[in-house]
Amino acid sequence: MVTQMKYLIGAVVALAVLILAHIDPALAQEAAGAAAPAATPPAPPPSPINTGDTAWMLTSTALVLMMTIPGLALFYGGMVRKKNVLATVGQAFGATCIITVLWMVIGYSIAFTTNDSASLQKWIGGFKYFMLKPMTIDAVNPLAGSIPESVYMTFQMTFAIITPALIAGSLADRMKFSSFMVFMGAWLVLVYSPIAHWVWGGGWLGQLGALDYAGGTVVHLNAGTAGLVCALVLGPRYGLGKENMAPYNLVYSVIGASLLWVGWFGFNAGSAVTANVNAGMAMAATQIATAAAALAWMVCEWCIAKKPSILGLVSGAVAGLVAITPASGFVNPTGSLIIGIAAGVVCYFAAVHVKKALGYDDALDAFGVHAVGGALGAMMTGMFASNAINSAGKGWLIDGNAHQMLIQFYDVAGTFIYCGVMTFMILKVIDLIMGLRVSQAVEVEGLDINLHGEVVQ
Amino acid sequence: MKLVMAIIKPFKLDEVRQALTELGLQGMTVTEVKGYGRQKGHTEIYRGAEYAVNFLPKIKIEVVVPAKMVDKAVDAIVAAAKTGQIGDGKIFVVPVEQTVRIRTGETDESAL
Repeated sequence: MVTQMKYLIGAVVALAVLILAHIDPALAQEAAGAAAPAATPPAPPPSPINTGDTAWMLTSTALVLMMTIPGLALFYGGMVRKKNVLATVGQAFGATCIITVLWMVIGYSIAFTTNDSASLQKWIGGFKYFMLKPMTIDAVNPLAGSIPESVYMTFQMTFAIITPALIAGSLADRMKFSSFMVFMGAWLVLVYSPIAHWVWGGGWLGQLGALDYAGGTVVHLNAGTAGLVCALVLGPRYGLGKENMAPYNLVYSVIGASLLWVGWFGFNAGSAVTANVNAGMAMAATQIATAAAALAWMVCEWCIAKKPSILGLVSGAVAGLVAITPASGFVNPTGSLIIGIAAGVVCYFAAVHVKKALGYDDALDAFGVHAVGGALGAMMTGMFASNAINSAGKGWLIDGNAHQMLIQFYDVAGTFIYCGVMTFMILKVIDLIMGLRVSQAVEVEGLDINLHGEVVQ
Repeated sequence: MKLVMAIIKPFKLDEVRQALTELGLQGMTVTEVKGYGRQKGHTEIYRGAEYAVNFLPKIKIEVVVPAKMVDKAVDAIVAAAKTGQIGDGKIFVVPVEQTVRIRTGETDESAL
């Protein structure tokens, strides 16, 4: 027994030395007791990495992930009925996981790397980053020259996570979890990644000069449009207009919206991809527009529905966050105030009155808030972008560049049409193969117990 | 013995409990209930979606009292639970045939 132990220890030590030798030859030599004389190493080439920028982008990445889990999960979870709370929160969490893996496999490559063919580069990125193979420890993406590519890739991953997760607001209460997960993955690869490439990865909209600082069209118009298509393809919830569909716990929604607001500093100020003056102004613009939009929504509701609801207050804040997203790095504080007020008013009418008039069941208003707010923000970016704030943007009202409005319109229209058509096709294919919607019995009894075997007491 | 069953506004529970305690009554059973009377319900609006809530939350108190105490108990509840607004609630009195204290086996009024 003792001999066996000795052999075992010997084998473990030998294995450890082998592993050390593989990781760090110098260490292994030390372990073997043969210290080599230290040679003076040649001076390393200056690193392009800026530690301040990197620290801020590490922070931003964490903030944006917090927007989806738990921010968006709670925001949506509080608005559904008690029988569907877990299913709704679980959609945000499940989407986070499936998208993380697919972004690593191919999403990042499609969105943020260059295609060798210049004509294809307009539409789609390269495929060399399949499984992130070329992302070595000191790799840097030219799109973000002062931070490690590992940080840039993960930062962009958190955007890729929240965009499809936003769609869950439209399909709440009635979609199968299996179909939802497949839809999230397919939509990421076929819709989000190419559109992100068009605007940010050097594609046709970026080449045209479309201004989208942090994702007004790429993220919000995109997700909201997909939400509208989902609501139309799935059809309304069973019992809509007859049954009481009052939210289960609006405190969850208030907590969720608050986490979204805080996380959005990473979203907008982080989109500077550096810790510089643009990040600072984007942060200020974000705060101002959000508060203004919340107040504007509240005033509209107070005048029309006679009471300022708390759900309205936080919905207005989210509308403001959405609308300032494309503008945040391009506008001055006055511009951000006007954009915020416009977002509060327009999104209130879109989510409350237009939806009612048109009759589609966008359960939690992904379209009314995110698509409408995103498109409005994109157009108003064209109006209020100021060359004095950001040399990359010349707007209509301040710099007299009316042509920018046309470019912004191409951005909105291109995203809307491509996203709408592709989303419809993806949903139809999934419906054909595995079905989209749960049975009526499951829907009435609740998704939590039927799809997940759990309930909230 | 009589069972006094009172449906009252939730925020009046403490005052009613105090009034009954002052009469020397020991113990009551309280249930959170929903219902409607002349007050009907109310309307909730979430982002423009209106829901009529027909059943309002109320508190149901059940207390068994000796027959000679019934009038005092009912008066005490009325005095404590009254706001004068619609929706103050109702009191029902029904006879009780038997009472047993489980721990000691005492019966009827000595078990109250």
